[in-house]
Amino acid sequence: MTCPANSSPTTPLDDTDRSIVNALQRGLPLVPRPYAEAARALGIAEDELLARLRALLAAGVLTRFGPLYQIERAGGRFVLCACHAPAPRLEAVAAAINAFPEVAHHYLRTHHLNLWFVVAVGQADAAAPALARIAAATGVEILPFPKEREFFVNLYLPA
Amino acid sequence: MTPANVSPLPDAIDLALIHATQAGLPLTSAPYAAVAEQLGIGEAEVIQRLAAMQARGVLRRIGAVPNHYRLGWRANGMTVWDVDDARIDALGERIGALPFVSHCYRRPRRLPQWPYNLFAMVHAHTRAEAVPQIARIAVLLGDACRAQDVLWSVRILKKTGLRLPPAGPVRLEAR
Repeated sequence: MTCPANSSPTTPLDDTDRSIVNALQRGLPLVPRPYAEAARALGIAEDELLARLRALLAAGVLTRFGPLYQIERAGGRFVLCACHAPAPRLEAVAAAINAFPEVAHHYLRTHHLNLWFVVAVGQADAAAPALARIAAATGVEILPFPKEREFFVNLYLPA
Repeated sequence: MTPANVSPLPDAIDLALIHATQAGLPLTSAPYAAVAEQLGIGEAEVIQRLAAMQARGVLRRIGAVPNHYRLGWRANGMTVWDVDDARIDALGERIGALPFVSHCYRRPRRLPQWPYNLFAMVHAHTRAEAVPQIARIAVLLGDACRAQDVLWSVRILKKTGLRLPPAGPVRLEAR
């Protein structure tokens, strides 16, 4: 999946879409009918909430809807990695990196180290072999930047 | 929280639950019941296990993951700083507390090509709007900072999130 950063939204969000995106970035309740409860709080019907969520996912406004796991609390590991892909090989190196299911996120950035991606594995000792396989597949040096300390994590971007 | 679910590591059913939901929660009226049916357990057990994982921090939240560009957040900068090792931890806490910083970490330097040890993600609608944010970080770091850079994201190449392979040989049906 490649999403141009500078593409214009194809369908503008209306106020209800914005309320949904904002409310549901914060979380869905753990009750048997969570969408009905969320819809009530938003003042819309459950069917409308579900239909709008499907549309927001289909349009790419949302990339995913569901649980966000911090797998490190369950023995796994996230490792931020960077590499330099020379311009003629950029697309090929990026595609080779993306082919690994362990690669959770991947961004092109403005630096000599132009590819930055996060490797996510279920067991901490699986990280190093995954990085070695990625290095072998891409033919570029992969620099790991494992976190030494987490000061803050909470991404909330209102629509 | 039930005492049965306070263990620090997920059991085979937790792992199966993570695997079944990591790509998304069903968009149906009773999503936890749908997942439960898939796993061959009860709806109440799915809810209870998700709540237990949330209490342990394994589950951050259940919610919407936006493509931030599509919400108008077009200037997404990974600001990186070379900060005095003796002062980075106290300063990192203060940088992480800034309202426009979404993630803030201490990471290893990779000398000689990478002197930066503090990473803080900032988000704005335009790069111009991000300039005062970055200046605010610089002021907070003061003379503890020797060098800095901003790596703007140009393109999202992948954003699937966690994708663990199917759990190993443990079969729920055998329970």
